[in-house]
Amino acid sequence: MTATDDRPATAIGSPIRRKEDARLLTGKTNWTDNIQLPGTLHMATVRSPLAHARITNIDTTAAMDVDGVVHVFTGADFPDLVGSTCVWPVTDDIKTAVMPAICKDKVNFAGDVVAIVLATDRYTAYDAASLVDVDYEPMRAVVDMELALAEGSTIVHEDFGTNASYTMHVPFGDDYAATAAKADVVVKRRFINQRLIPNTMETRSVVAAPAVGMADEITVWSATQIPHVLRVLLALTTGIPENHLRVVAPDVGGGFGAKLQINREEILATVLAKQLGRPIKWSESRSEHFVSTHHGRDQIQDIEIAATSDGTILGLKVELLADMGAYLQIITPGTPLLGMFMFPAIYKMQAYDFTCTGVYTNKTPTDAYRGAGRPEATYAIERIVDELAAEIGMEPMELRKKNWIKHEEFPYTTVATLTYDTGNYEAATARAMELFGYDEMRAEQKARREAGDPVQLGIGISTFTEMCGLAPSRTLGALKYVAGGWEHCTIRALPTGKIELITGTSPHGQGHETAWSQIASDIIGVPVDDIEVVHGDTGRAPYGMDTYGSRSLAVGGQAIKLAGERLVEKAKVIAAHQLEVSVDDVDFSAGTYSVKGDPEKSTTIQAVAFEAFTAHNLPDGVEPTLSGESTVDPVDFSYPHGTHLAAMEVDTETGQVTLRKYVCVDDCGVQINPMIVEGQVHGGLAQGIAQALFEGALYDAEGNLLTGSMGDYLLPSAADLPSFITDQTVTPSTTHPLGTKGIGEAGAIASTPAIINGVVDAIRHLGVNDVFMPASPQNVWRALQNAQKGGAA
Amino acid sequence: MTHISVTVDGIHRHGEVEPRRLLVHWLRDDLGLVGTPIGCDTSNCGACTVLIDGRSAQSCSVLAVQVDGKEVTTIQGLAGEGEWHPVQKAFKECHGLQCGYCTPGMVLASVDLLNENPNPTEDEVRHGLEGNLCRCTGYHNIVKAVLTASAEMRGEGA
Repeated sequence: MTATDDRPATAIGSPIRRKEDARLLTGKTNWTDNIQLPGTLHMATVRSPLAHARITNIDTTAAMDVDGVVHVFTGADFPDLVGSTCVWPVTDDIKTAVMPAICKDKVNFAGDVVAIVLATDRYTAYDAASLVDVDYEPMRAVVDMELALAEGSTIVHEDFGTNASYTMHVPFGDDYAATAAKADVVVKRRFINQRLIPNTMETRSVVAAPAVGMADEITVWSATQIPHVLRVLLALTTGIPENHLRVVAPDVGGGFGAKLQINREEILATVLAKQLGRPIKWSESRSEHFVSTHHGRDQIQDIEIAATSDGTILGLKVELLADMGAYLQIITPGTPLLGMFMFPAIYKMQAYDFTCTGVYTNKTPTDAYRGAGRPEATYAIERIVDELAAEIGMEPMELRKKNWIKHEEFPYTTVATLTYDTGNYEAATARAMELFGYDEMRAEQKARREAGDPVQLGIGISTFTEMCGLAPSRTLGALKYVAGGWEHCTIRALPTGKIELITGTSPHGQGHETAWSQIASDIIGVPVDDIEVVHGDTGRAPYGMDTYGSRSLAVGGQAIKLAGERLVEKAKVIAAHQLEVSVDDVDFSAGTYSVKGDPEKSTTIQAVAFEAFTAHNLPDGVEPTLSGESTVDPVDFSYPHGTHLAAMEVDTETGQVTLRKYVCVDDCGVQINPMIVEGQVHGGLAQGIAQALFEGALYDAEGNLLTGSMGDYLLPSAADLPSFITDQTVTPSTTHPLGTKGIGEAGAIASTPAIINGVVDAIRHLGVNDVFMPASPQNVWRALQNAQKGGAA
Repeated sequence: MTHISVTVDGIHRHGEVEPRRLLVHWLRDDLGLVGTPIGCDTSNCGACTVLIDGRSAQSCSVLAVQVDGKEVTTIQGLAGEGEWHPVQKAFKECHGLQCGYCTPGMVLASVDLLNENPNPTEDEVRHGLEGNLCRCTGYHNIVKAVLTASAEMRGEGA
């Protein structure tokens, strides 16, 4: 089967080359920053260089004097306008600090906006922004979470009287303390899941403009993952009626959660376009991105696991401090709670106790970043399981096998109350161990240890699962999330036989145009190339909940299937009428309706579409036009899983770590396009491995970001990574009508603990039981030195 | 303002530019050649890579006045209208792109790499593309694409 076939026997399951690539490879792309409208005013921001300070004076005179500057605005001009909003107030008593559109009296992180400049071109706007003169009265910055909660700390938001935003404590199953008291062994560790800076290759960008010929409508183009959610939130934050707003996500250059947000620049551009009646454009510079786009992760994790001496896990206790940064943005407080359900992961246990405190600091707000809460949880559980194995002297894979849910035990309800529909950890693990050469690798490790080789070998294991398909709306309601988790699809058969598939998902690299066409092609029987996928525009695709949390296929795919089936059903009634037989006497296959027992008598779905358009000869009671529509609320989450293995070499003299081999076997259920699945895994691996080995946001005690450029924050290049060995097992989901699960975040979730487990495994015999991320030569060397001195990492 | 005269994608272009104007802004904002994206402001990411007299260069690190009299090739002019360079074809065939934002720069850097070293090893490809960052693919399929294009251009394609 080749990519040029019109339509393979089944499009689902074929590695069809992507439709998107033609424009992306030839520069015919439509990024937000490409949009050039006549009369545009370019917006530049003036950002605080201080993390915590009172604003005592702002002088805009020099900026206003620059030729080409049209306006300079400060917080005084928009005293009540917010700069973001939080849709997930996780507890009844949560303290919510709202980001202002422009700060008035006080700045709360280095990068907070204190003024904006509008000018007739980009360069002038930047020039003038540098001339806005702001006087600050510096305040002590709150940087460290534990110090933030200590008695006498400076308070970020003085009205609250505390830096704690919320504390959530949820005991699951048996009482943990009682369980731990009965345990033979209790292992405690503190893991630091460091702050990361997303760094989508396309930074954020927005153009807002009065719509041509539409008196009241403002069109907002934004480099966003969430055009539909953004439209609702822009209406709520700006006061512009929702039916006067159209939000478009054109081609979007990566998201990873960083573009699952409502930002002050979007709000300001929208308000100013309305107020001034002109297009307003803002594109984030990379330097701004580092301080102004939300960050990810940033948790201190105190983890305790209780077990019997033969390695039966009894209970788990999780205490988190989660850095919120300076304000709560769209799902800032909820992000760590997405992990709450996933700490027990694939393991059976009786008791689980979870506590999380959200902490305000004078740093960039945190929010979703690839995996959002689940990578943090997976890191903690996979690390502590390795620590338990070491403590009781058991081979870490054997410990996992002893405790994981057996494939015949599904569906299985975990201690965290989730019901995993399907899984086969045995099969994925067996395949991964075979590809990895597990036993040979263990033998080599032993030989190197015995020889005292300065370069030691470690084997890192991660047998992960995750929760995809956000989400059943009732579940979201119970968690105090203010929106639903459904998804929509409309499939229209146009009079000329072409198909328009309108989806509420909003891709930014995932290849929905190709994959959605494959699903629809199988259901309605038209070639993939005759299907046009319309997305990311509230004017053309009015209903949707957008793309994040590996939900697009897991939820949106269900809507595509149902919409297609409804279209086929309606067309069948018309076809039967045309063929002059009853509906029950019509068969449908591969786009053709034929009379049972007389297959020569037939018509096609395209012909029916034309009949539905002319409406000259429709059966009584059947409405003209041919389309199918569906809005699906998922019945449950889905649970992809996999086994990841990393061979890590550690130079014990220099601390240098080398990733020698990486094998992963993922199970995401039925695959629509295996080529795209594999690509998603590769990209996720790179991001997860980067957290383990390269990336980390560092602040000084004054709250200055020390890693504020691509020169200081190590994003891996091709030279920093190996090729990956990937494979799949297929255990279809039973909660999804196509049997699919989700794959967008798997690599990022699974790989971080695999790498660190491998690093620790390489040097555990030297007394090391943890290495801070990123496992840079410095951090590894320090762990080795501390171990030599008899301390822990 | 300084007058410049540059051949861009085979077409002779003239412009009056401020001496400080970056080549990438001249291409995008003045000529409307928006196929070349901007990924950073610190010359680290390579998204804005173009060919200047056949050699790859980051157009955010070059002033428009510096290309006066030279030949600039962007992704929009790499192949003739309706045609694709073997590197572009290989990127599609090998799924060497996802969001596509780094792709123009990645393709042009690869073209330069293969011009210089028509038969690179995997390691040479990885080091040769060190100046171009991608956040989606983990580079796995980009490397595969460059090696595939290399074989194709040497007449050894499958």
